[in-house]
Amino acid sequence: MRRIVEEQFEDVHQQRDAATMGMWLFIATEALFFGGLLFAYAVYRGAYYRAFSEASEEMSIVLGGVNTAVLLCSSFSMAMAVQSAKSSRGGRLVFFLALTAVIGAVFLAIKFTEYYEHYQHHLVPGTHFQFSGPHAKQVELFMVFYFVLTGMHAVHMIVGLGMLITLVILARRGRFLGEDYNTVEFGGLYWHFVDIVWVFLFPLLYLVDRSGQ
Amino acid sequence: MSETHDATREYTVTFAVLLILLGVTVGVSYLNLGWFNAFIAVGIAATKMTLIAMFFMHARSARRMTLVVVFAGLFWLGILFTLGLSDYLTRWSLPSPDVWTGQPRP
Amino acid sequence: MSAPARSLPENYLNVRLGWKSWFFTRDHKRIAVMFLLTITLFFFIGGTFATLIRLELMTPEGDMFQPETYNKLFSMHGIVMIFFFLIPSVPAVFGNFLVPLMIGARDLAFPRLNLLSWYLLVIGGTCVLFSILTGGVDTGWTFYTPYSSQFSNTHVVAAVLGIFIAGFSSILTGLNFIVTIHRMRAPGLTWFRLPLFIWSTYATAVIMVLGTPVVAITLALVAVERIAGVGIFDPRLGGDPLLFQHLFWFYSHPAVYIMILPGMGVVSELITTHARRRIFGYSFIAFASVAIAVLGFLVWGHHMFVSGQSQYAGMVFSFLSFAVAVPSAIKVFNWTATLYKGSIAFVAPMLYALGFIGLFTMGGLTGLFLATLAIDVHVTDTYFVIAHFHYIMVGGMVMAYMGALHHWWPKISGRLYHEGWAQFSALTIFVGFNLTFFPQFILGYMGMPRRYHAYPPEYQVLNVMSTAGASILAVGYVVPLIYLIWSLWYGPKAPANPWGATGLEWQTPSPPTTHNFDQTPVVTEEAYSYAKNR
Repeated sequence: MRRIVEEQFEDVHQQRDAATMGMWLFIATEALFFGGLLFAYAVYRGAYYRAFSEASEEMSIVLGGVNTAVLLCSSFSMAMAVQSAKSSRGGRLVFFLALTAVIGAVFLAIKFTEYYEHYQHHLVPGTHFQFSGPHAKQVELFMVFYFVLTGMHAVHMIVGLGMLITLVILARRGRFLGEDYNTVEFGGLYWHFVDIVWVFLFPLLYLVDRSGQ
Repeated sequence: MSETHDATREYTVTFAVLLILLGVTVGVSYLNLGWFNAFIAVGIAATKMTLIAMFFMHARSARRMTLVVVFAGLFWLGILFTLGLSDYLTRWSLPSPDVWTGQPRP
Repeated sequence: MSAPARSLPENYLNVRLGWKSWFFTRDHKRIAVMFLLTITLFFFIGGTFATLIRLELMTPEGDMFQPETYNKLFSMHGIVMIFFFLIPSVPAVFGNFLVPLMIGARDLAFPRLNLLSWYLLVIGGTCVLFSILTGGVDTGWTFYTPYSSQFSNTHVVAAVLGIFIAGFSSILTGLNFIVTIHRMRAPGLTWFRLPLFIWSTYATAVIMVLGTPVVAITLALVAVERIAGVGIFDPRLGGDPLLFQHLFWFYSHPAVYIMILPGMGVVSELITTHARRRIFGYSFIAFASVAIAVLGFLVWGHHMFVSGQSQYAGMVFSFLSFAVAVPSAIKVFNWTATLYKGSIAFVAPMLYALGFIGLFTMGGLTGLFLATLAIDVHVTDTYFVIAHFHYIMVGGMVMAYMGALHHWWPKISGRLYHEGWAQFSALTIFVGFNLTFFPQFILGYMGMPRRYHAYPPEYQVLNVMSTAGASILAVGYVVPLIYLIWSLWYGPKAPANPWGATGLEWQTPSPPTTHNFDQTPVVTEEAYSYAKNR
């Protein structure tokens, strides 16, 4: 039988409280990590508003919008997974965890399709970059932030997928039910946080100014 | 401890509201509201963040300490943006044409 | 867990033997010892660079090194000392060792993360050592763009990657401390009964958790700009070099407080123990730590007064920089008030603590000069700045670190060091330090700029004094290395509480057992209740 309480803790409640707090602190750290990038983005968006709205119109609002909806779906599914673990329904837990992972993979597939389109349109910063117009340099700057922000987000998604696959394997062995649901809960916190990051990235990168004037 | 009321309904409603907000944020971006566009976009994103945190992440029923951690994170982000922008928003006094070639904002 | 019969009582050092028992340990005390060894190595690497710098500056001509080599020397000195010695010094070594002991816990909340944190520091350090061995970095420890991102042809990416990884070590350490202090205190140990070292470690951990990610992403952006050749901070491509400075100093100024707050905590412990006095104004010192952690984030712009930052922002940052001096001053006043009518024992840890107070005060007051816009314009990038922050970091933090090392050495090693030699080295360090760095205040005020390998001949006398002081300082740092190692084999066995101190860590045997306490202690009185024991 696996020990549920680690030896440094007095009881399962102390352990749960400590782990919950640790997870939220980690999320706060992550928020500052993306926050530094977003601050830099805000400064340049203020300075080069025209260029940023031109660049933003190169983004596919359909793919971006669908992807946002996809990610919200995965968050919903993850919330259901946590709920299933809490109420000790093992079959549902495995189903929702796997569903979350599949939806997450769909998100990444769409994202990489977009990257490929940007590549074809010569929008990848560096020597390959081509853009006609007076703001080409600043458009490139926007694309740098686009790739760094979405790239960092995608890295977090990939880590999240790895985490979900691990959770599925362990859940199939009957773990995480009832009192033991914490691990799924923490996985959920991470997944929802990554979702929140995208919720900000979508309007900032795709919707700078669509009014077309 | 394991109070397992079924939250499916709650999650479904949250999810639906999130999708509606997504539609709104896309729709509003096609209107020309000047600087107010960005304000609305970030405002809607913040609302969505609050919903996800409150319902999906259970911040609503979390211990007070969790909320303190969340607000600490937001507060420190606020420091970065406020004091950082205190430079950029007042730098107009120094003419540096290379940096500020963008046309005036609509 | 029944122990085999041994001649020695079982403790955390001898409970298991062999390299695996160390490299896979989850015991916070063993991890602390591993950090101690690691950062001692980095200290002497960084010290070697400092020695070479001081040797070059003996003469006005640049006759010992090429200018490029000199640039690498001061850069590597700064990078190694700041990111791989000062930032992990007291938190990772003494925080790790003492936080669970002081709050009556069996271990930190996340022992595996703690071990991971050590590995991350070692991996990050290896990246930096790689960049040193393959030719070094010449950007200065600040990596200012666009030099670091576009022009420098040294190993910037390797160094930046090393700092990025070490940053996560720092984040994990901080996260672990915050959770542990919140959730794992012994029964009865309320917030206002905590030792002040815990308060300052807590404040430090807040900075680590909330500041470090920003510098991590900033340095990552520098690496992206360098590798992809895009202009994030390059004005030719529309970037703003000042943005790098904003993001860099958003962490790196608070990082100065990562480097001093734990030292302040150490000094609070040393002063009370060796003056046999209850701390004066406990809650003021406790809240001053928290205030420093918060205010420390509001002042970063004072590094950018002459950089082209807006004058209005400059004024705001100048004002806020004065504000952060207030909590620091509160601490100094309270420590001196604690000494008043105390029965002071001038043992080695106390000598370090007293040295800290004097040198930190000097460093702090000269910081006010630098927060003053008009004076800062005069002394920016001169030796005045160098002297100022060395008074804080070496005069402050390294003194506190050495004080902590001596104070808790009996607890860590179970042995007593030779008091006479310890006092000798404490005085040597104090004298050597002042002789090294005080002349630099004058040099800076006279206008000698930092980061040059050559200087006009009229500065030579003060530079020779400084180099002479540095050699005394070096002796002061090498002597403890010898007698502390010597004490491991030949020092007398330490009793559980050699100083007669209060505090839960002294209620355990020296060295403590793996789980620290046989049963969870119950705390019934406030910290530093020395009056009763007398």
